[in-house]
Amino acid sequence: MLPMNEPSPTSQTGNPCSPPEAAEKRARWSPYVVGAGLGVLSWVVFAVVNQPLGISTALSSASSVCALPVMGAEAVAKNAYWTKHALKLDYGMLFLAGTFLGSLASVLASRSFRLEKSPAVWRDRFGASTAGRWAAAFAGGVIVMYGARMAVGCTSGHGISGSLQLALSSWVFFLTMFASGVVAAWLVFRRPGRGAH
Amino acid sequence: MNLPLTGETAIWLAILFGMIFGFLLHRGGVTNYNVIVNQFRFKDFTVLKIMFTAIVVGGVGVLALKQGGWAQFHIKPANMLGVTLGAALFGVGMVLYGYCPGTGLAAVATGSLHALVGLAGMLVGGVLYALSYSWVEAHIQKIGALGKLRLPEVTGLPDWAWLALLAGVAAVVFWLLETRLRPQTREQ
Repeated sequence: MLPMNEPSPTSQTGNPCSPPEAAEKRARWSPYVVGAGLGVLSWVVFAVVNQPLGISTALSSASSVCALPVMGAEAVAKNAYWTKHALKLDYGMLFLAGTFLGSLASVLASRSFRLEKSPAVWRDRFGASTAGRWAAAFAGGVIVMYGARMAVGCTSGHGISGSLQLALSSWVFFLTMFASGVVAAWLVFRRPGRGAH
Repeated sequence: MNLPLTGETAIWLAILFGMIFGFLLHRGGVTNYNVIVNQFRFKDFTVLKIMFTAIVVGGVGVLALKQGGWAQFHIKPANMLGVTLGAALFGVGMVLYGYCPGTGLAAVATGSLHALVGLAGMLVGGVLYALSYSWVEAHIQKIGALGKLRLPEVTGLPDWAWLALLAGVAAVVFWLLETRLRPQTREQ
């Protein structure tokens, strides 16, 4: 049986959270341990397979599959971007599969799987509507990926892997992304929430 | 064994490395929307702690490997306009979505349905970028294209000095966060 979070106006203030939610918090390791783990993983990946960490390049190649039914195979094959980053079962694509599977393994081992339609912070601000949250998540997904491709990297490729190599582009990305996010978060969440009352 | 590994072996190791990555993201709590968004609201500093620790630990090791001839750098080009515009969009998108590409993918495995909706959005974003790629390359990526620059080359400070500086800043910030500024985790 899958536990489902039922958004209710009072669910966030003071009420104990659901068992899977509590299990997720109990399963957490110290952020310093997790950060050090990611750092050591970078050593191994750089030395063993000569690859940086990265997500968004492979994900943008995968997007060509979604374009196939709309644009047709010929147009996709001619596209300059997908010619350069063609979809294939390569290192980057399998790293994506691994990321999903690794998270799933951790979730199952900690018994914290939980279908979540809308997260607490969002509900506190915008109320219980799932449609609103999904619209924002979709739009946010479009923007985050477009930005990642324009910047030629995301929080993994630039934020961790590029920053640790002291790349100028990656530090520009990190600082600009964070400043932009702080302003966006202030604009989105500054007013008192509907769900909090 | 000759390193780096290439071909089939390297490709299948990607699943193992990806699994460690995804496992760590979940154990770090960053597959949780609230944790990520509350970093941008300065209510939860988990993301900052994870990223800065990863940068300092990873940076020292990768530099040592590089200087010992065991690893190569993979530096992305500093196309200043593209990276600045892209990062500005990325920050807005990350607040609305509540995830970045890696944590979003990992969050789908936790049962986050809105992360799945946003994953569909990310695929559409990839399509839109591919469609506008030639225009962006011609009109944006060439502006301020400085090449594959690193901070040591830009500033004249050597690698170890940069890493020592980052480690020092991280140590002071972490100490302040843990002792003086108790993060408000009430809203998680």
